[in-house]
Amino acid sequence: MDGAAILERVRARFGPGVVDTHDHHGDHTAVVTRDVLLSVLAWCRDEPALAFDMLTDLTAVDYLQYPGREDGPRFEVVYQLYSVPHNHRLRVKVRVEEDAAVVPSAVALWPIANWLEREVWDMFGVRFQGHPDPRRLLMYEEFVGHPLRKDYPIDRRQPLIGPGT
Amino acid sequence: MAEPTRREFVLGEGGGTGGGSQNLLVGLGPSHPAMHGIIRIAAELDGETIVRADVEIGYLHRAFEKDCEVGGWNNAIPYTDRLNYVSPLINNFGYCAAVEKLLGIEVTERCKYIRVIMSEISRVCDHLTCIGATAMELGAFTAFLYMIKAREYLWELVEDVTGARLTISYGRVGGVKADLPDGLAGKARNAFKETREVLDEVHRLLTGNRIFVDRMVGIGALTREETIAYAITGPMLRAVGVPYDVRRARPYDVYDRLEWVIPTQQDGDNYARYLVRIAEMEQSMRIVEQALAMIPGGPINVDAEGRPIDPAAYVDRGKQGKTEGLLLVPITLSPNLEGQARAELARVSVGDKRVVLPPKANTYGSIEGLMNHFMLIMDGYGIRPPQGEAYVPVEGANGELGFYVVSDGSDRPYRVRCRPPCLPPMAALHRMIEGEMVADLVPTFGSVNMIGGELDR
Amino acid sequence: MGVGTFFTSRLDAAIGWARKYSIFQYPFITACCGMEYMAVACSHYDIDRFGAGLPRFSPRQADVLFVVGTISHKMAPVLKRVYDQMTEPKWVVAFGVCTCTGGFYNNYATVQGIDTIIPVDVYIPGCPPRPESVIDGLMKLQDRIAAQVQRF
Repeated sequence: MDGAAILERVRARFGPGVVDTHDHHGDHTAVVTRDVLLSVLAWCRDEPALAFDMLTDLTAVDYLQYPGREDGPRFEVVYQLYSVPHNHRLRVKVRVEEDAAVVPSAVALWPIANWLEREVWDMFGVRFQGHPDPRRLLMYEEFVGHPLRKDYPIDRRQPLIGPGT
Repeated sequence: MAEPTRREFVLGEGGGTGGGSQNLLVGLGPSHPAMHGIIRIAAELDGETIVRADVEIGYLHRAFEKDCEVGGWNNAIPYTDRLNYVSPLINNFGYCAAVEKLLGIEVTERCKYIRVIMSEISRVCDHLTCIGATAMELGAFTAFLYMIKAREYLWELVEDVTGARLTISYGRVGGVKADLPDGLAGKARNAFKETREVLDEVHRLLTGNRIFVDRMVGIGALTREETIAYAITGPMLRAVGVPYDVRRARPYDVYDRLEWVIPTQQDGDNYARYLVRIAEMEQSMRIVEQALAMIPGGPINVDAEGRPIDPAAYVDRGKQGKTEGLLLVPITLSPNLEGQARAELARVSVGDKRVVLPPKANTYGSIEGLMNHFMLIMDGYGIRPPQGEAYVPVEGANGELGFYVVSDGSDRPYRVRCRPPCLPPMAALHRMIEGEMVADLVPTFGSVNMIGGELDR
Repeated sequence: MGVGTFFTSRLDAAIGWARKYSIFQYPFITACCGMEYMAVACSHYDIDRFGAGLPRFSPRQADVLFVVGTISHKMAPVLKRVYDQMTEPKWVVAFGVCTCTGGFYNNYATVQGIDTIIPVDVYIPGCPPRPESVIDGLMKLQDRIAAQVQRF
C-alpha cells in the first residue's frame, strides 16, 4: 500500500486523534495525540492490510531551540514502523510537554521497545508509563541529567573516577 | 538442629546450611577474553545453564548524536566512520543519502556506482571480521588469521581509493571525496581472487568441522516471529528465512540494475547465520565485479594505439626501454592525492554550489571559486538544508542502518539519529542465551557481530 | 667503576634485553582501534617478530597494558581496576588518539586521555594509528624497557 493510502486509513480510523499528517520527502508521517498513541500503534500492527510487524526505530527529538517551536510541546517521540509482508513504512509521532513528559510504553506490542524506550529515557528524560524496567541504557546510574536535551552542555562531564569527581 | 553432612555443607544440598542449591551469579565483561566488544552480561547460572541474563551496554557511548549537532553537516561524516568501524563506508553513504534527501539532490551516475562498489567491499570486510572472530573464539585461530589476511587485501583497495585504511571519511554530501584511481578493477580482481581462495580454505576448515558444527548448530536460535518482533534485520533475519534486504526492498543507488540473490537459511541458529554471511560475501563480490564493469565514464589510461593499459604495465614498458609513443599518453594522477581537478570532481559530485566544494583550482584561481569555498566553510554559512526531516535506511553489514535527520534550516544538523543495526540483536541476546550453556554464549555473541561503536554510539 | 657496579649494570642490561623481547600484553580493546590491533597482530604486520605476539587475557599474567580505543567515563573504573590487578613491572601503551587525549570526542561521555586515570609509558597517536606506527611505538617501549633500572 502506498503511503498516502496508509495515512488516509489512519485518519479515517482515528479522526481527531490524528493531529497532523505530512509526507515531506516521501516519508509518510502521522502525528497523533498521546491518548490514542497505543491504539494507533496496536491497530497498525494488527490490521492485516497494514501489518506493521517491525518497530524499526523509536527515538525522540528535543524541539527546545527549533525556530518557531520554542513554546510548543518540547519533545516529539518518533516511531518508525516497517511492514515485512507489505514492504511499506510509516512514521508515527507524538508530542509531549516538558512538564508532562510521559508516553505510554509500547513494550507489550514490540519487545524491542524495551531497550529503545530505555534509551529515550536515558538521553531525553521522557518517561514511558508501564515500562517493566525503567533504567538508563547507555549512561551510568550516577549520571545526572539527560545528555541529548538541547539545554545539556556537551562538555558537562560527570566522571566516576579521576579529576573532576 | 542436626549437623549438616559434608555433602550438604559443600554442595548446599538438602535442608542444610545452604538451604538447598542456589543459582550462581556470574558477571561477564565488560573486559572479558571471549568478548570482542565491551558489554556486561550478568548471568544467573544453574550449574552450567544460563537461567537468566541481563545485558548491559553503554561502555562505549561517546555521544555521536550530540557531537553531530555541534559541527556543520559535513563535519558529522568522520563521526559516522566510527559507528560501525568495520564497514565505515556504508555509514558514510547512509548519512550522506539522508542529507541529500533533505536537500532534494541526486548524486551523479558514476558516484552511485562508486558508492555501491565501496559499500560492498566494506560488507565483505565486515563479514570476514565477524566470522574470523567467531571462529577464533571457538578455538579456530587459523581461520581468523586467514580471514584477516583476506581483509588486508581488501583494505589495500580501500586505501587506494580513500587514502585511509579504516576511518576513511570518503563520503561527502552530494558525492564522494575523489574519483576512483586508475587500475582499480585489476586490483579488485586480484584481491577478490585472494579472498575467494581464503573463503574456500575457511569453508573447508569450518563448514564441515565437527567441533565447529557441534558448537554452532541449534545454538542461539530465534524463531521467525521473535526475530521480527525484536526488529532484527540483516543476516540474522535472513537466517530465519525472511528475504528482507534494504537493497532489494527499497533499492538505492544502482542496486536494482545489478544481478544478485539474497541468501537465506531456515534454522535461525548460529550456523545458519554463518552460512548466510559466507554466501553474502560471494554476492557482494559479484556486485562489485558487475559494477566495475558497468561504471560509466572513468579515467582510462590508453597506449598510443588506444588500447587501455594499466599503470604497472606502463612502468614495465618504460623499464624495458619501450618508450615509443609514450609521450602521446596523457598522465593521470591519483585522484585522492593530487588529481582533484575539475574534470575528476565533476564526475563524482553534483555540480551544486550550495553543497559541494569547488575544485581547488577554482578556489585558488578565481574569485567566484574562493567565495563559493568560503560560503561552504565559514561558520554560520555552509550547507543549509531546508527545514524538515528525513529517514533513509541502507543495508549495513549487520542489517538496516537508518539515519533520521532533522534540519532547522541552519548550517548544523538539528538532530541526527542513527538506527543502529546491532542494537536489536543485543536487546534479544538474553532470549538467545537463556536456557543454554555458558559456553554457548561465546558463539552466540560472535554470530550477533556486536560492534560497540554503533551499539552505544 | 667498581666491580660491583659493573655487575649490577650488566645484569640490568641483560634482564632488560630479556624483558623487552618477552612482552605479554593485555589488549584492553574497546573501539575502532581494535580493528587495527587485529591487523597488527595478524600475519601481515605480525608483532610476534618483536616478541609481543601472545596476548594474555588475564591482567595478572600480563606486563604491558595496551589500551586500545576510546575510554568512556562508564568504562574508566574498569580500566583502573584492570591496571591495579597487573603485577609489577608493568607498562601502559595508549593506542590511538582517544586514549592519548580524548581525540575528537570532546564531550560529556569521554575521558580526555587515560593519563588522567593511570600512568602511560608510550603514546601512539593516530585515529586509528597505522600498523607501522604501532610497531614504532612498540619499539620505543622496548627501548624504554631495556634502558630502565630493572627491579626484580
